[in-house]
Amino acid sequence: MNQPVDVLIIGAGASGAAVAWSLAETKMHILCLEQGGWMNPSEYPSTGRDWEAKFYGEWSTSPNIRGRAEDYPINDDNSPIKVVNFNGVGGSTVVYTAHWPRLHPSDFGVKTLDGVADDWPIDYDTLLPFFEENDRMMGVSGLSGDPLSPLTHPPMPPQPLGLSGPLIAKAMNRLGWHWWPSDTTVATTDYEGRARCINLGHCTPACAQGAKASTDITYWPHAIRAGVELRTHCRVREITTNEHGMASGVIYYDKDGVEQFQGAEVVIIACNGVGTPRLLLNSESGKFPNGLANSSGLVGKNLMFHPYAQIYGFVKEPTDSNRAPPTCLWSKEFYDTDLSRGFVRGYGIQFGRGAGPVFEAVASEQKGILPWGKDHHRVFRRLNGHRLHVSAICEDLPEEHNRVTLDPVLKDSHGIPAPKINYTISENSKAMMEHGLKSGRKILETAGATDICVNSPIPYGGWHLLGTARMGTDPERSVVNEWGRSHDVKNIFIVDGSVFVTAGGVNPTSTIQAIALYIADQMKQRLANLFD
Amino acid sequence: MIIEKPLNSAQRDDLRVIAGMMIPPSTEYDVPGADDERIQADVLATLGRDTKRVAAALDYLARLADGPLAALDAEKREAVAREFRTSGGVAAATLIRVVLQCYYRDDRVLRSLGLELRPPFPKGHVLPDGDWSLLDPVKARPAKLRRAT
Repeated sequence: MNQPVDVLIIGAGASGAAVAWSLAETKMHILCLEQGGWMNPSEYPSTGRDWEAKFYGEWSTSPNIRGRAEDYPINDDNSPIKVVNFNGVGGSTVVYTAHWPRLHPSDFGVKTLDGVADDWPIDYDTLLPFFEENDRMMGVSGLSGDPLSPLTHPPMPPQPLGLSGPLIAKAMNRLGWHWWPSDTTVATTDYEGRARCINLGHCTPACAQGAKASTDITYWPHAIRAGVELRTHCRVREITTNEHGMASGVIYYDKDGVEQFQGAEVVIIACNGVGTPRLLLNSESGKFPNGLANSSGLVGKNLMFHPYAQIYGFVKEPTDSNRAPPTCLWSKEFYDTDLSRGFVRGYGIQFGRGAGPVFEAVASEQKGILPWGKDHHRVFRRLNGHRLHVSAICEDLPEEHNRVTLDPVLKDSHGIPAPKINYTISENSKAMMEHGLKSGRKILETAGATDICVNSPIPYGGWHLLGTARMGTDPERSVVNEWGRSHDVKNIFIVDGSVFVTAGGVNPTSTIQAIALYIADQMKQRLANLFD
Repeated sequence: MIIEKPLNSAQRDDLRVIAGMMIPPSTEYDVPGADDERIQADVLATLGRDTKRVAAALDYLARLADGPLAALDAEKREAVAREFRTSGGVAAATLIRVVLQCYYRDDRVLRSLGLELRPPFPKGHVLPDGDWSLLDPVKARPAKLRRAT
């Protein structure tokens, strides 16, 4: 029989780690249940000669391809964008690109500014101290002073421009378009026990050097030293409730597959924009027949992905290829609404430095630009090590028909119903993606690139899982209130990307963690009357 | 752990032939073809989770060729390969990918490309810092941040 805890956190990824660390100072009994295990960097792909091949199998970012025991399947057949994630201590920060922009102040007032979607119940300035605290904890490199981005104070200098950066920069300068070295969570100096980046290049499927900040090596060691208990290989099936309609704990399967009950005074959900609605919908009961915390009917709805419009080409000059972190520069030239472009809202641009030889061969063969036969070698030598790519991260507006439900047939290895995704790209997003491709083509052509190819959307580009348990002040139009507490069940909190009201046009992890720290802070300030 | 049924002799023969058509040897670049014995051995040894799809691709190839690929004359082999490449779907794409991922990690091929024969870790790579004066015109832009309030 497990002893009840004060606070139970479900999920040890970006937001679960941050909230655990922040709450640890309360000295409450805090337990985190994580369906995956601790990672072993000595087994990461970049430690072996088959480092690129692993990306197509056991280190794929798609759980459906990867198929580790820790993963759950996702039916994303009805979506042109497939979900990518990772399950383990650190969650998807183990396999993210470490690109670290924040939402802009304007992203919190979309309705006010542009008359679409909804405003957030909080603003950028409310989150500012938590952005800064999070940047210190995760360890951010970058250059302060970007004229078109929120002011940041990265504790480490930016990544080198390398070979690819100047090629992009010169093209952007010729066009008169904005660019700036990206803030990233790649350590460019030794930082808080982490070794500096040595340019393994293969950042996305985990960093063997430990230079990339994943929460297993940033927040978790601090949280555990402060007394938080982290129990791995524990998959939560459902949240249980008592006769008062409050959460009483969870039922989970332990590492041996044995069903367990864990009581808790407070339950915090940190399972991402797909895992969180899945859990709430799987927690239906007589009192909550449509799923837990779902009186609004909005649990699972308004899924936002950020469709990526990617375009790439090949220049005569050598690029960084696989010999550098994949992202180094961003542009906010097209971030704000300009209705003359034919769409509302905008997109950020993320530049890519290149690719390794296997990736290049596979991708170029698929696109038909790498021939079979005697010309193969000559063409491959022209392409390999010469790639530059440009990706427009398009702001997806919330639409209720884009949603996560439970699949009636598909189940995970414990027999728990799997999530099903229904998602279409809106006309506004399509227009934005077209604009992103045109801009990208202009950049590449200005850089002298040829053999230009397009991936739009990037099919396995569902990195950002947002909006499926949105925050708001109106219980009929939102799932949690302005400080993350469920409107319906007053001892349930949600701290992951599910609470996003709108998506912005940038990678969201920095903002997700700032929100988690903000919610933890709100909880600490209200401990005496948390459930009022 | 699921043990996949290994490829049979006819499938292995067709795999070698189609791989050689994809990437023939080159004296100019001093590289073997993808039908090279060592590369083929690497493909067979590391098929793993891809075995079923590669076997399906080879079965499809055999149907297109109506027999062993090697038995066809050059013109017919080219036609079959073209058809395989365009209509083979996920299975064909998997076969092509496993050939490429083994070819482009072969020591002789990497050497020809001027790449080091090692994994990225622990040595890593050195990156030039680049010309930061390129940022000067961007720094000169007026700061602009849209706000709702």
